Amino acid sequence: MNTQAIRVIFHKEMARFFRTIIESLISPVISTSLYFVVFGAAIGSRIETVDGVTYGAFIVPGLIMLTVITQSVSNASFAINFQKFSGTIYELLSAPISATEIVIGYVGAAAAKSVLIGLVILATAYLFVDLPIAHPLAMLALLALTSFSFSLFGFIIGIWAKDFQQLQLIPLLVLTPLIFLGGSFYSVDMLPGIWRSIALFNPVVYLVSVFRWSFFDTADVPIAVSLLAIALFTALCLAVVWWIFRTGWRIRQ
Amino acid sequence: MASIISVQNLTKTYKSGFQALKSVNLEIKAGEILALLGPNGAGKTTLISTICGIVQPTSGSVTVGGHDVVRDFRAARNLIGLVPQEIALEAFETVFDAVSFSRGLHGKAPAPAHIEKVLRQLSLWDKQDSPIMPLSGGMKRRVLIAKALAHEPRVLFLDEPTAGVDVELRKDMWAVVAGLKADGVTIILTTHYIEEAEAIADRVGIVNKGEILLVQDKAELMQQMGQKQLQVDLAEPVTVVPEALARYALDLGPEGRSLIYTYDTKGERTGIVTLLTDVRAAGLHITDLATRQSSLEDIFVGLVRDNA
Repeated sequence: MNTQAIRVIFHKEMARFFRTIIESLISPVISTSLYFVVFGAAIGSRIETVDGVTYGAFIVPGLIMLTVITQSVSNASFAINFQKFSGTIYELLSAPISATEIVIGYVGAAAAKSVLIGLVILATAYLFVDLPIAHPLAMLALLALTSFSFSLFGFIIGIWAKDFQQLQLIPLLVLTPLIFLGGSFYSVDMLPGIWRSIALFNPVVYLVSVFRWSFFDTADVPIAVSLLAIALFTALCLAVVWWIFRTGWRIRQ
Repeated sequence: MASIISVQNLTKTYKSGFQALKSVNLEIKAGEILALLGPNGAGKTTLISTICGIVQPTSGSVTVGGHDVVRDFRAARNLIGLVPQEIALEAFETVFDAVSFSRGLHGKAPAPAHIEKVLRQLSLWDKQDSPIMPLSGGMKRRVLIAKALAHEPRVLFLDEPTAGVDVELRKDMWAVVAGLKADGVTIILTTHYIEEAEAIADRVGIVNKGEILLVQDKAELMQQMGQKQLQVDLAEPVTVVPEALARYALDLGPEGRSLIYTYDTKGERTGIVTLLTDVRAAGLHITDLATRQSSLEDIFVGLVRDNA
């Protein structure tokens, strides 16, 4: 294992993040604040409690997931796609490093950024609402796991995308609907019959549900099912990454 | 001398069906400077890229320092430094960080002293804290070289190192190359500038259409190419070379309108002055003179054309 290589890749990616720390953090914080103002204060004041939690507090886990998922995908996909675009990937391909080390470095850094952003949003939320955290350790673990699996997903998109338009395509066409229909702003139980069944095919529902459980100790779907769904998604992404490096698909001619 | 790189029956066919390498065999000696000459699209970059791990070989094998570049890629790539043809750098990184990053990728512990040495050699030391973006093209190329040298490689690949580079950088670059050679580093460079090969190579390989046409000692090649021709245009055409000029072994130009004298530029005396005196003494009127180098370029162009 070339740990030195993992260290420098991780360090370089984090350096990029900290070089633009204001932009990196301010946009998620502002958009989250807007959600609080619109949904929490304006609309939320007319909504009664959901599962015994005020609406303003209820949407916090979903909002964190929303931002963590989009940030993970965009950070990880951009990082590796930019290497391809600028040609600097030649260095990764000709260095004595394996796929595992490249993935740990890039996906690890993207996930670390997402965790940081998630925590900043959580801190921002405390400015607006009073929030209990029933299972803090589980909350942190879920935050890290989600960041990791969606960074992995973003890494795949980054290798797949041939240009910046394609890079935007999946997040826009697939991710945004999944996230908005993933129960960030409502409980799946609030959906009418058939829509509830359809929602259960959305993997984000399981993520938001278990993450909400770590705050309020109540969940839309059983926790075990949620964990299984996340594990399956992560395993699928790992398998695809493994295949990419084995065949050299879109990276090594 | 033992081979440090051994390329055996290497072929590469791209997905498009284009065969970039056709069963290439090449032995590169430890410590030598090998110049690979060839026109654009000859397969030079594919050959280098396959040795360095950027391109997967279709068949055949490559070993670097005895390590197979596919099976034992870590050991093989540890020995190699690569300076790519295109300038590919991260714009906002500083010079020092970029070079340190390359060292780390090769699994080597940070060594600021070595990085400093490399940067000083390439006249980059005063730019160490500068981001890469505002640097000139020549400076960026220096950064690429510094990155390739950051992990103290035993073999250095320079892919078209002087394309679009000014004279000063070229000189600096050759000085660095000479220094590396003195340290025993093997250097392989591709170029389509023949003068470049002449300037620094020990051996020259000519590549065309995915094949290596010849690999020869530069000194031997230089002997073949160290010839020059002088064309003496005549006012009145002649049918045969005058008897008085027999000792110059002249050839007759088209329609007998000129005499062609082949001489060795490396010789102490070229014999041009006496030839011209004798031509006049033979009663011929000279209207014009032209010289022409029979160069590596001629050999090269001839080989490439025959191979077409």
